[in-house]
Amino acid sequence: MHELSIAAAVVESAEDVAREHGADAVAGVTLRIGELAGVVPDALRFSFSLVAEGTALDGAELVIEEVPARARCGGCDARFAVGSPPALWCPHCDTAAAELLTGRELELAEVRMAGSP
Amino acid sequence: MCRSVDVRTAVLAKNDGLAAELRAELARRRVTAVNLLSSPGSGKTALLELVLRRARERGQTVAALTADLATENDARRLARSGAPVRQVLTGGLCHLESAQVRALIDDWLPDPTRLLFVENVGNLVCPASYDLGETLRVTLMSVTEGEDKPLKYPTAFGAAHLVVLTKTDIADAVGFDDAAFTTAVERVNPGVEILRTSARTGQGVDTLLDRVLAVAGGVAPHAPLLAAKHLRAHGHDHGPAQDRHHEHDHDHGHGRAPRPTTA
Repeated sequence: MHELSIAAAVVESAEDVAREHGADAVAGVTLRIGELAGVVPDALRFSFSLVAEGTALDGAELVIEEVPARARCGGCDARFAVGSPPALWCPHCDTAAAELLTGRELELAEVRMAGSP
Repeated sequence: MCRSVDVRTAVLAKNDGLAAELRAELARRRVTAVNLLSSPGSGKTALLELVLRRARERGQTVAALTADLATENDARRLARSGAPVRQVLTGGLCHLESAQVRALIDDWLPDPTRLLFVENVGNLVCPASYDLGETLRVTLMSVTEGEDKPLKYPTAFGAAHLVVLTKTDIADAVGFDDAAFTTAVERVNPGVEILRTSARTGQGVDTLLDRVLAVAGGVAPHAPLLAAKHLRAHGHDHGPAQDRHHEHDHDHGHGRAPRPTTA
């Protein structure tokens, strides 16, 4: 259940952003979570509502954008979906991937401040 | 209408930043840290006790941190090797974070220490997300855990620099399918080395120590595809990315296409 620690990190970062921009409250945040980030969105939603209580994010909306895992083949350079469970081998030429392009994201993408600018 | 800010910050930037500082501090003190990840009961402690003992016999300065939710049992077991050992009690937390390791490095780690083994909380999910400033991340599993475990916990196995199979002395008795296991590891982490070990027979203990010493001597570890970028580009830490705040006003509505990744 490290989603609780992750939710706490999200709240802390979003509060910092709100403070920097002179806002007292945060209306919502958007997270980007990769398919292979090892984070369960539902568990994170649950943890977020608990951790946000009594902070500038109390009642804030949590939007999660899930990012599919994609890799680049080391042989034919094709881009392919890694799938679940992940296979880091090219479905076209059966060569190992050279690079994971997306799928490990765990990012705070956007903070929406409450009130008028 | 509301004011919104694009931040694009890694959620774990604080831990990543602390880990980067820790890695630099360890490098300054010429310590190579090894993060050991596995399920509870996979035999991490028994194997580590042997590795510590062998390292001392081979004239290496070693130390270990062992993390559990409760009890000092593992520290007592590891201390039998004669190496300096500290128990970290996480008080219920399912993983170690770099701040906990940092506190012990500052207060306790004897000088000189060449190798520092960090036995993470027994858990294949949460510890995989936390960089501890290690140079080598080792994921272990025992022959009793099922050949497809690397597929069930792809992040832990996919981000490992080295995979260690334990309790191989009972592999036949439990009908362990080594070929299926190897295929599963290769699927999530192409090219990673698998070491086969037994704390009962001593198989693989010296080889594991050899691999760790090689990395301590400057050999680049395997580059796992699933490793976080900062772990993959070992030695090229740049800490948490600078926020590029960008303000704009827009109406509520979240039907936007996902932005291209910056990673």
